[in-house]
Amino acid sequence: MNIYVLLKRTFDTEEKIAINDGRIDEEGAEFIINPYDEYAVEEAINLRDEHGGEVTVVTIGEEESEKQLRTALAMGADKAVLINTEDDLEDGDQFTTVKILEAFFEGKEADIILAGNVAIDEASGQVGPRLAERLDIPYVTTITSISVDGETVQIERDVEGDVEKVETSLPLLVTCQQGLNEPRYPSLPGIMKAKKKPLEELELDDLDLDEGDVEAKTKTVDIFLPPEKEAGKVLEGEIDDQVKELVSLLRNEAKVL
Amino acid sequence: MNFELTKEQEMTRKMVRDFAENVIQPRAIDLDVKAEFPEDIFKEMGKLGLLGIPFPEEYGGVGGDTITYALAVEEIGRVCGGTGLSYAAAVSLGSSPIYYFGTEDQKQEYLVPLAKGEGLASFGLTEPNAGSDAGGTQTRAKLEGDEYVINGEKSWITNAGYARSITVTAVSGKREDGKNIISAFIVPADTPGLTINSNYDKMGVRASNTCEIILEDVRVPKENILGDPEKGFGQFLYTLDGGRISIAALAVGIAQASLDRALAYAKERKQFGKTISNFQAIQFKLADMAMEVELARNMVMKAAWLKDQGKPFTKESAYAKLFASETAFRSANQAIQIHGGYGYMREYEVERYLRDAKLLEIGEGTSEIQRLVIARQLGC
Repeated sequence: MNIYVLLKRTFDTEEKIAINDGRIDEEGAEFIINPYDEYAVEEAINLRDEHGGEVTVVTIGEEESEKQLRTALAMGADKAVLINTEDDLEDGDQFTTVKILEAFFEGKEADIILAGNVAIDEASGQVGPRLAERLDIPYVTTITSISVDGETVQIERDVEGDVEKVETSLPLLVTCQQGLNEPRYPSLPGIMKAKKKPLEELELDDLDLDEGDVEAKTKTVDIFLPPEKEAGKVLEGEIDDQVKELVSLLRNEAKVL
Repeated sequence: MNFELTKEQEMTRKMVRDFAENVIQPRAIDLDVKAEFPEDIFKEMGKLGLLGIPFPEEYGGVGGDTITYALAVEEIGRVCGGTGLSYAAAVSLGSSPIYYFGTEDQKQEYLVPLAKGEGLASFGLTEPNAGSDAGGTQTRAKLEGDEYVINGEKSWITNAGYARSITVTAVSGKREDGKNIISAFIVPADTPGLTINSNYDKMGVRASNTCEIILEDVRVPKENILGDPEKGFGQFLYTLDGGRISIAALAVGIAQASLDRALAYAKERKQFGKTISNFQAIQFKLADMAMEVELARNMVMKAAWLKDQGKPFTKESAYAKLFASETAFRSANQAIQIHGGYGYMREYEVERYLRDAKLLEIGEGTSEIQRLVIARQLGC
């Protein structure tokens, strides 16, 4: 099977995030593989081990993204592609990403493309489905189980806590949800082998694209942190009075009723 | 000069940190309370290749370097000193002497399973009456036909209760000048006459398995002698030089954890209407801790780098071990002080850091012995 994984380098949202001049401060931020993409990498490796073939991990980013690609190689992926837009692009959006990936996948004959359900930074969840549309292949989002038998694919997907069972066929794009698998740690032998695995670097030029083709369709107007959590309030007195006060607070202060 | 880690070193650090935080950290308090050796965690570490970092692939290792190994020890030590100690001892004392001095047959039989993480080994040097003065070794090995017969007693041997083999030192004869010849022997753990007890109740590093070993007419084939029969003493000095780097790395991990906890707490804890991180008394402590941790880590990295380059590193590994272990103790102590009453409670973990750090000023050569080693290197 010809397996592809779409991977994004993102900052670790478990670390403290600071905003400077309307941009997220990258100084001191920890960067990781988008956790949903880790499920995609793990599932891709499992599919390859079961059905044979090759796993190629693709990312759009900058020189620094090589670290995350090497980590995916260390986990067991076979090849990696870095589409480096550092010199070509200031900003991009989901349109940009999809446009670049569409050009990349031209003539690739992918059997299955796995992506994360969302990236934890901007959380649009758009790139996977939009790419599938452009490539004119079926897609299933938020999958929690997948099994491939010949061309037939059985999928379970998470629908707001319920399970939906879907049957579809290859070629296919899926986006991966928590619960699909438990991503492995890259082992030490894996890490050592990763440095010998092929990592191809492409620029927009190599995909016959120029900046105009991929210009973002949206504009980020503002970025801000959620309001700081204020100290809680402990109600006192008789239970009946507490209930009345709580209802009144929910209605008048929090305005949720 | 280049202070940057390679991608492989960085990836290893990240992987070990994730593993340590997800798998070891949640159990650290419990392992300490119960003084329980986490055998299952070591199996997982073995599968990840952690027990084979500094050994070549042909011997089941991963072909990493001392720097990578030191980074891994630091990350494990950062969440659990006991697990970190057993890890450092398994690689530096259990496996390394066989790699340094073993014959090809010995490496295939004893090192390969260790490097692959399928088992652990121990190093039996210390005795009830021979600590820093290893020359006072009383264990005796006598050649009878094709076998050595070993009798004696060893103290505080890390991991021996879970070891598949133990390298023990013993007096095997006398030199012309009347001094003892000390040799090292590989003793499989199931050899008749070998008794391994684990009855110690330790102050710290309680997740680490520590044993007393009694050898009564233990017979091993003559070919189980490790390395040069006449140079056992020099061999274990070299082994200890390497071991010091790992103990120093472990100390850096505990010191870093102390700083992390103290800083996080100081930024949260409010007194007199401000977080205590606003007070200079606390700031100065944190500044000293941060500086010392970084200095200690730099020394560890330099000693590891020298070893990787094949250059002499005896003095530098003693610097690293001495400074890092004393830094760990000071940092843990200050972390408790910053936490106040909470720091004295087990739940906040910093009191364990202090108990764990204390061992590092004692094991694999006390701080006093490190100063002696350094002074000797200075030509005193």
